[in-house]
Amino acid sequence: MSEQKVMLITGTRKGIGRYLAETYSRRGYLVEGCSRGEAGWETENYTHHQVDVSDERQVKSMIASVARRHGRIDVVLNNAAVASMNHVLLTPAKASNRMLEVNVTGTMLVCRDASRVMMRRRYGRIVNFTTIVAPIALAGEAVYAASKSAVVTFTRILAYELGQWGITCNSFGATPIMTDMIRGVPQDKIDAVVNNLAIKRLGNYEDCINVCDFFISPASDNITGQVIYLGGVT
Amino acid sequence: MDRETALAIVISCLKDALEQFGAPAENITEETPIVGPSAVLDSISAVSLIVDVEQRLEMDHNIYVTLASEKAMSQKSSPFRTAGVLADHICDSIKEGQAA
Repeated sequence: MSEQKVMLITGTRKGIGRYLAETYSRRGYLVEGCSRGEAGWETENYTHHQVDVSDERQVKSMIASVARRHGRIDVVLNNAAVASMNHVLLTPAKASNRMLEVNVTGTMLVCRDASRVMMRRRYGRIVNFTTIVAPIALAGEAVYAASKSAVVTFTRILAYELGQWGITCNSFGATPIMTDMIRGVPQDKIDAVVNNLAIKRLGNYEDCINVCDFFISPASDNITGQVIYLGGVT
Repeated sequence: MDRETALAIVISCLKDALEQFGAPAENITEETPIVGPSAVLDSISAVSLIVDVEQRLEMDHNIYVTLASEKAMSQKSSPFRTAGVLADHICDSIKEGQAA
């Protein structure tokens, strides 16, 4: 079994996921990341898997590979997501299904298989990424927000189901961060969201690390089933 | 995998589960009930047992199988009801996986 702590992060090709992977691998975690395509970058202590998180077989195979090589998973950060920002009147079923598959089923599959590895050591930290657009009910993101609401509910119940094995499960909802996911959103819409926050600024990668650090700390063994939103959103 | 090996895995995992559950782990046979009114485990320990069996198959035999499949969960008579029935279910699931 690896002496180093092992962290699994989904959606590491770019944006927040890549930043999390680079940061935690630099801090000494063995980071296992995934995305549908190649990472396109590399760093010490980082291993990339080409996996679609909504594909049960691929998720199983990735986690089996991590368990075989390291014998442990300490932390999971479920960051992978797809968004399709559209008025509901213009949202095709295919786009809706894809969001639910990746954001909800994908999160469930990774949690399920990773927690089976965590159970062996009776220790684990799971952080599932949600978004503030769910609690603020942002028009134009109905299905994406609904999928992320599902993630929060799933995580709350997961906390109860896995608590007895020392596994904590929490959700983290960032305010808009300038990544590819929101690059297509009109600036006036982003400004309107930011102006309604208690802290009137975009989120950044350091905000994400700060919340993740709190949730994944060994000292946070009594923090579970919670959701933290940035910017004052509740 | 032959039934004898499957049963040995089930019994070994069941003994571990009973020890963790704080129940006596002696006299386990293939008739030992795992789920149902006279089960020796509570429902969460039974879940843990199934996960443990799957992991034992993966780690010791390089066999990847989903025991709690949709088909298994929809059967009128549970494939987890006794140690022996679970051993049969393991063999059947492996065969089905190979055929797929």
